[in-house]
Parts: sequence; C-alpha cells; structure tokens
Amino acid sequence: MGHEAMAQTNLDEFFYQEGKFYVVVAVLVIIFCILAAYLFRLDKKISKIEKEKNEA
Amino acid sequence: MTKYWWKITAILCIVYAIIGGFFMPAPDDIGILAKTIRNLHFHVPMWFSMIILLSVSYVYSIRFLSKGNFKYDSLSSSFVKVSLLFGLMGLLTGSFWARFTWGTWWIEDAKLNGAAIGMLIYLAYYILRNSIEEDVQRAKITSVYNLFAFPIYIVLIIIYPRMAETSLHPASGDTIGFSSLDLDNNLRKVFYIASIGWILLGVWIGTLKFRITEITRKNEEL
Repeated sequence: MGHEAMAQTNLDEFFYQEGKFYVVVAVLVIIFCILAAYLFRLDKKISKIEKEKNEA
Repeated sequence: MTKYWWKITAILCIVYAIIGGFFMPAPDDIGILAKTIRNLHFHVPMWFSMIILLSVSYVYSIRFLSKGNFKYDSLSSSFVKVSLLFGLMGLLTGSFWARFTWGTWWIEDAKLNGAAIGMLIYLAYYILRNSIEEDVQRAKITSVYNLFAFPIYIVLIIIYPRMAETSLHPASGDTIGFSSLDLDNNLRKVFYIASIGWILLGVWIGTLKFRITEITRKNEEL
C-alpha cells in the first residue's frame, strides 16, 4: 500500500509527499524553535542580573 | 581560541548533520519510515545529549555532597535544567515522527512511557528545587534526590524498554535498531558526527546556564 493511500487528512497529505521528507524538515524546525525559546529565557535572566547590578 | 575549539566543533558537526541528513544517501525505502529515517540524526542525539548532561550532573551531585562546594551544586542543577530542554525536544520530535509513521502522536509503548516517566522524575527535581527557599538545604536535598533519580532514569529509558515484550520503537522490545537497517553504513557517516555535535551543544548551553546561576548565587552571597 502506498503512503498516499493512507493519507486521511490534509495534514497527512502534506507530510506524506516526497517520501515524508517534510517530516524531517518539521523536526528540525521544532528543535530550532525550542532552542530559540530557551535563548529568550537566558536573555531575560541576563537582563535581570544586569538590572540588579546597576541598582547595587 | 583554545577555549572555543569545542564550541566550533559543535557547530560544524551540527551543520554537517543538517546538510548530510538532508542530502547524503540513506536507506529511504524502509516501509512506513521512508525518508523520515533521516530523523535519526536529530531525534536520537537529543536523548544522547540529555543522558550525557544528566551523567555530568550526577557526578557533580556526588562531588557536592562529598566536598560541600556550592559551585558543584550550581553545575549539577544547571545541567539538569538544560537536560530537560533536550528531553522536551526529544519528546516533541519523537511525537511528531510517530504521527506520520505510526499514525498517532502518542501510543502506549514501553519506550515512550519510560521516557515520559523519566522526564517526570526530573521535572519533579526542578519543582523540588524551586520549592526550597533555604540555600544549603535546597542544594543537599536535591543532590540526594539526584543520586536516586539518575539510576532510575537510566533504567526507565534504556533497560525497561529493552525488556518489554513488544514495542513499536526501534531497538526496544522485539524491534531491531537502526544498525541492522544501515547496510551501507550511510547513516553512520552522519549519525556519529551528529551525536557528537548535539552533545557538545548541550554541554555548551549547560555551561552558559551554569555561569548565569553562579553569578546570581555570588550576587546573593554579597
């Protein structure tokens, strides 16, 4: 059975294209987004330290 | 420069893993996996990275308990927190991968449940740490917690899935690992380098978190 035959929703249709290659792309996007979100957290923490240092 | 070489190595390895993962030959014809076999270079190293970070954290928990140096405690707790980040990436990438191969985001499976409980154990560490106000007690209690948590984590994530009778996840229960699928060694050429890269990136982020924790701790001491 071809992968296309198993596709039931639009989401499936999209990700089953090209031998499911876009799943790999999406996985990398997930990793990057979480790392980027963590960068924001570190950024906030550093800003807080800077603020405390200036007040002292 | 001497301080940066391993960070540069991390970046180069990951760049190689992304390019190699997309464009190098791989066994793209294995059943429902198709080209998602290439996720091997991204999903699996997340867990490797988490395990390495937790091992380092474990060593420093022991060192803190024997030496009483709070620097070790900062290191230990920072590495646990960053390891949770990698665990989260491992769970989400795995879940996404499962959706388009097994057809569901989550399934009752020894490997998946083991990993989820393993994550919960360290989430509990995080909550425990934030709930204790007093510095000395916080460091001691969480270090002892870590002493017990790490062996249980390893059992849940590696040993328990292997002992399971059936599983969908590769290399657990009755399934084969990628090494049996990689007949031409095409995956290995990327996978090993990718693992080194992601592990080094994890350690790098861990040291950043550690430095921030140390600065905050020293400021509070003054």
